[in-house]
Amino acid sequence: MKETPLSNCERLFLLQAIAEKKRVDGRQTFDYRNIKITFGTDYGCCIVELGKTKVLAQVSCELVAPKSNRPTEGVLFFNLELSPMASPSFEPGRHSELLVKLNRLLERCFRNSKCIDTESLCVVSGEKVWQIRVDLHLLNHDGNIMDAASIAAITALCHFRRPDVSVIGEEVTVYSVDERDPVPLCIHHMPICVSFSFFQQGTFLLVDPNEREEKVMDGLLVIAMNKHREICTIQSSGGIMLLKEQVLRCSQIAGVKVTEITELIQKALENDKKIRKEGGKFGFAESLPNQRITAFKIEGAPVNTSEVEETVEEITHNTVPPTEIVPSPILWASGTAQIGEGVLNTWEVEEPHESEEADDKSMEEEEEVSTTPRHERKETVILSDSEEEEVIILNPDKTEKKFQKQASNLHEDTASGSRKKKKKKPSQLVK
Amino acid sequence: MSSTKERVGCVVLPGDVLTCGSELPEGKRDKLICGPGLRRDVDDVVVCKSGILRHKEPNLYWVDSQQTRYVPAKGEGVIGIVTAKSGDVFKVDIGGSELATLSYLAFEGATKRNRPNVQVGDLVYSQLIIANKDMEPELVCIDSCGRANGMGVFGAGGLLFKVSLGLVRKLLLPQSEVIQDLDSMFPFEMVVGMNGRIWVKSRSTQQTLIVANLLESCEHMTTAQRRDVLRRLSQNCL
Repeated sequence: MKETPLSNCERLFLLQAIAEKKRVDGRQTFDYRNIKITFGTDYGCCIVELGKTKVLAQVSCELVAPKSNRPTEGVLFFNLELSPMASPSFEPGRHSELLVKLNRLLERCFRNSKCIDTESLCVVSGEKVWQIRVDLHLLNHDGNIMDAASIAAITALCHFRRPDVSVIGEEVTVYSVDERDPVPLCIHHMPICVSFSFFQQGTFLLVDPNEREEKVMDGLLVIAMNKHREICTIQSSGGIMLLKEQVLRCSQIAGVKVTEITELIQKALENDKKIRKEGGKFGFAESLPNQRITAFKIEGAPVNTSEVEETVEEITHNTVPPTEIVPSPILWASGTAQIGEGVLNTWEVEEPHESEEADDKSMEEEEEVSTTPRHERKETVILSDSEEEEVIILNPDKTEKKFQKQASNLHEDTASGSRKKKKKKPSQLVK
Repeated sequence: MSSTKERVGCVVLPGDVLTCGSELPEGKRDKLICGPGLRRDVDDVVVCKSGILRHKEPNLYWVDSQQTRYVPAKGEGVIGIVTAKSGDVFKVDIGGSELATLSYLAFEGATKRNRPNVQVGDLVYSQLIIANKDMEPELVCIDSCGRANGMGVFGAGGLLFKVSLGLVRKLLLPQSEVIQDLDSMFPFEMVVGMNGRIWVKSRSTQQTLIVANLLESCEHMTTAQRRDVLRRLSQNCL
């Protein structure tokens, strides 16, 4: 899919805002977005979030034969991937110009700066060395992939533990995690990339550009530096002319930023170590934000039904099933039947017993709605007793559906059960 | 049907079966209209998007889902970015999987001689008249009477930004609390497209940025939180 184009109004607004020393997300000129580092359950796995940009790093190791010209050095391998998950404009399996550029910069930043002691990765000279592979996946793209990727890579490398190896004579033993604690890599220093974007031929400078700022910028300068203020890599792209003073100023800013980020990484690593030691909860699942789409949902007002249930239970407990005989129904026509005498509602008149009063009460308590439609509709028969809502169906062909509805209205928990139940106890007729 | 009604307002997930009307005989079943996120599968209605089930009387059901990718739907008003002029049509990016076409005749008062002044990179607010699964979507900037009715090219000096589709629907509710709250702060212009794009313009860059950031951030806030943020903001900035 094609990248979303930048509209004229966005371009003009962004440039105007930058000229007014304002940024779209409310940052100052030299501010980084929030950096969040979370570790996975495995060693050497972390997600770095730089604002909305998100990079997953996973370090793995393997025993391989070394290169013939460097028989005592381990192999380092970096691979950054831009999947369509990050942005629809990234196509799978295609090596875009951006991807090649980022991968080369990563290799220069980490391999050429010798931040990892490759000699310590040697097991048997000329035969077996460790190959350390760093896989970086961009999970979400909101600009400044390089900085996020470099932070993720170095954090994952610091976090990683490789299996311990012992060499006795000719015999090489690789110990599993259960046998011996895995050992961390030997890291000399931590190079971190800091990106600077230039606008209007270098008049304005911003640190950590986001995606939209990247779209309107004229040039980009990436400085990789460690906390000892040693420049590991410097790259300028976009074809703008920079003055010596500008580059020097950028390197000074980079020095400050790198110190801050290094501290943050170390703090995150220590935290994770502590949590693992204490046996607390760790992993990605623990650090996911709890954003709810139901935030706007209107909660239904709670109705206290516990008391009602108690009274109903009490009533039903005291109730004795009515024992008198119900006269056999007289069928006047299909759909109209008569039991007993008179056409009036003889609900209370006929049943002065305690049991029926209770019955009445329980009915009222449960739902009034269930009693009203009865009179209106002049139903033939609907029968209910106190213990459970039982339904008798005298004329099942026509009225079955209606009864089902009513039964479900009456009592939620018995609704499903009482659909087709036959009447078990004598009940009251309502006409 | 009762099962469907009971679940209104609850979160539903793809694959949930909403109604089992199959045990009722033909003709006795209740009819219901499936909105977005619901799909008919023989006798049942199956959920095909995750979100909150909504209901409107008498029998309209839909799923309020949370996504950012826009899928064009007929009749919706969207904000597009003109990406190319090719012959009789403009190619407009509306955030869908394909570019939409917009004929130059589909503007108010446009004739073959009198072409509308649309440049590449301009913003247009327009309505989708063709939105099919396998076809190029088509836009118009006029209603059925040939009037512009608020549609057309706009957007000089404002800011366009993208939010989730759920937020856009919340903003477009007839009595949207978010808009009302914002309205009380300072005057601003706003265009909201169903494709998740919002354009705002206010008196100054600062105010435009405030509105844009508030709208972006208020999505996951409760009403109380939002009011709190607005109150603090109006104390500090204005």
